[in-house]
Amino acid sequence: MTIRASVTLSKGNFTLKAKFEAPGQGVTAVFGRSGSGKSTLLRALAGLETSLPGSAISVNGVTWLGQGINVPVHERRVGYVFQEPGLFPHLSVHGNLQYALKRRVGRSAKRGESSGVQGSELAFDEVTALLGLENFLGRNPVTLSGGERQRVAIARALLSSPALLLMDEPLAALDLHSKEEILPFLDRLFASTGMPVLYVSHAPDEVARLADHLLLMEEGGVLAQGPLADVLGRVDSPLARTDEAFSVIHCDILELNGPCRLSVLRTAAGDRVYVPHIAAGQRKNIRLRINARDVSLCTQRPVGSSILNILQATVAQLSDPDLKGQQMVQLRLPLSDELLLARISEYSCQQMGLTEGMSICCQIKAIALLC
Amino acid sequence: MSFENDLIALWITLRLALITVLALLVVGTPLAWWLANSRWRYKAVIEAAVALPLVLPPTVIGFYLLVAMGPDGPIGQFTRWLGVGPLAFSFTGLVLGSVIYSLPFVVQPLQSTFSGIGRAPLEVAATLGARPLDRFFTIVIPLSRSGYLTAAVLGFAHTLGEFGVVLMIGGNIPGQTQVLSIAIYDHVESLEYASAHWLAGSLLVFSFFLLLVVYGLNRRFDMVKV
Repeated sequence: MTIRASVTLSKGNFTLKAKFEAPGQGVTAVFGRSGSGKSTLLRALAGLETSLPGSAISVNGVTWLGQGINVPVHERRVGYVFQEPGLFPHLSVHGNLQYALKRRVGRSAKRGESSGVQGSELAFDEVTALLGLENFLGRNPVTLSGGERQRVAIARALLSSPALLLMDEPLAALDLHSKEEILPFLDRLFASTGMPVLYVSHAPDEVARLADHLLLMEEGGVLAQGPLADVLGRVDSPLARTDEAFSVIHCDILELNGPCRLSVLRTAAGDRVYVPHIAAGQRKNIRLRINARDVSLCTQRPVGSSILNILQATVAQLSDPDLKGQQMVQLRLPLSDELLLARISEYSCQQMGLTEGMSICCQIKAIALLC
Repeated sequence: MSFENDLIALWITLRLALITVLALLVVGTPLAWWLANSRWRYKAVIEAAVALPLVLPPTVIGFYLLVAMGPDGPIGQFTRWLGVGPLAFSFTGLVLGSVIYSLPFVVQPLQSTFSGIGRAPLEVAATLGARPLDRFFTIVIPLSRSGYLTAAVLGFAHTLGEFGVVLMIGGNIPGQTQVLSIAIYDHVESLEYASAHWLAGSLLVFSFFLLLVVYGLNRRFDMVKV
């Protein structure tokens, strides 16, 4: 159950040369700056780009491209959510959804695919409930808000029963409010279907929140790929070189209504993490995003500090110092083996005598709750 | 007698315009689609050829068509090979001439509508499993309603008013190829101003209301589209 692709394409003076493997289920984020070829890669996977010399694409055992095979777009079982919702203006919401539903039957039958890769055939009612569209069905797309339109577009893509769902920055064109409105739907969708998704984004918070797997792109090539925490935890990745470097760790809820409007979480190693109050009814397992620049290190457990969150860890790896005299330190949390990045100055590193395997305390200044 | 003749001319004119428009929509749709989407280097040649009737005097088109339809012309030889009579001075010949004469009035609105739709809706439809023809009939045609309306009405109205081409290849045979505009000319020539008024005035009013309907409907379509 794997998505394998090796895509080569030239367009003007841009060249895409991307080779990757992604798991056959769960969300793989495709992350990179604009112009790094993320969207072009997705378009190539969907079959919307022609002339891909020497490329090969296979999705969970079905070849879409390569070895003399080139399955046309309409026969690839692909769901595509574009940045712009692209709802058909001459059809109602219901009509837009039916458009996908009517065509999926012919499509799945024609390919004669083996039953193992059928994916989940979601029913109409299931999808509309999942995306909260029950009350919109009779409406004209024009009358919907941006977030609502994008939800319809996502539902429509799901109803085509894709073997692979491609999402090209589906939240980028939305304002913050619509984004917040749509994210819980995505959480639910990804958790309940397990469908393989390639999710293009240049927003670290979306990646940290939604993805299980990460593909880093730069200048038309794939720089790093692997499980989210592994790729994020690398000290030498292009992401680690930027100011946006971050890590993701998981916690359980220990106490929802802790002291002073805080909630108390617990890491796998038993360290307590204090976060702003979490509303009840959220998931038991909480993802936290921690920016590398918000982590400072102490050789001894600090006493009398205003910083609440102090995690015990061991130094796993040190990057070379960069031009600004900063170093990235990779820390391994005990028991869970989760990786945490800390950006500190080269001078501090020397003063503290940081070496690999050393036990250390990490003070975390700020934490972003993801779900 | 004269009134009856006028009625026949009116009937021939309407029939000619209607058949011409239908033929043009059938021929013009693929042509306009190709012009809107082709990246062929010499596409401009075809575009210029399609637009020619806009600038040429109708008598020029009529003259060349007449020559082509003659026994030694390519069209004439082709029809003889098919075993049908010559097209010159026949209703079928008029239809052919009108199709060429009104071609740009149908192709150009369609082409600009098709270009306006862009690739995005078609790509969405393709990812939803729609085959190319399916995409054309379920996405392009419904999104081109206003373009089709404009094309049909312009083609119809333009055919209604043609004179030079019809005179050249139709030959003004009452009951067969005499159309309204030529009937008016005949009335004026024989100083029957009252009959000329009657015909010309009806044509004027009819054309105006036709255009009124187009612009009115197009606004409604636009409001739906926004």
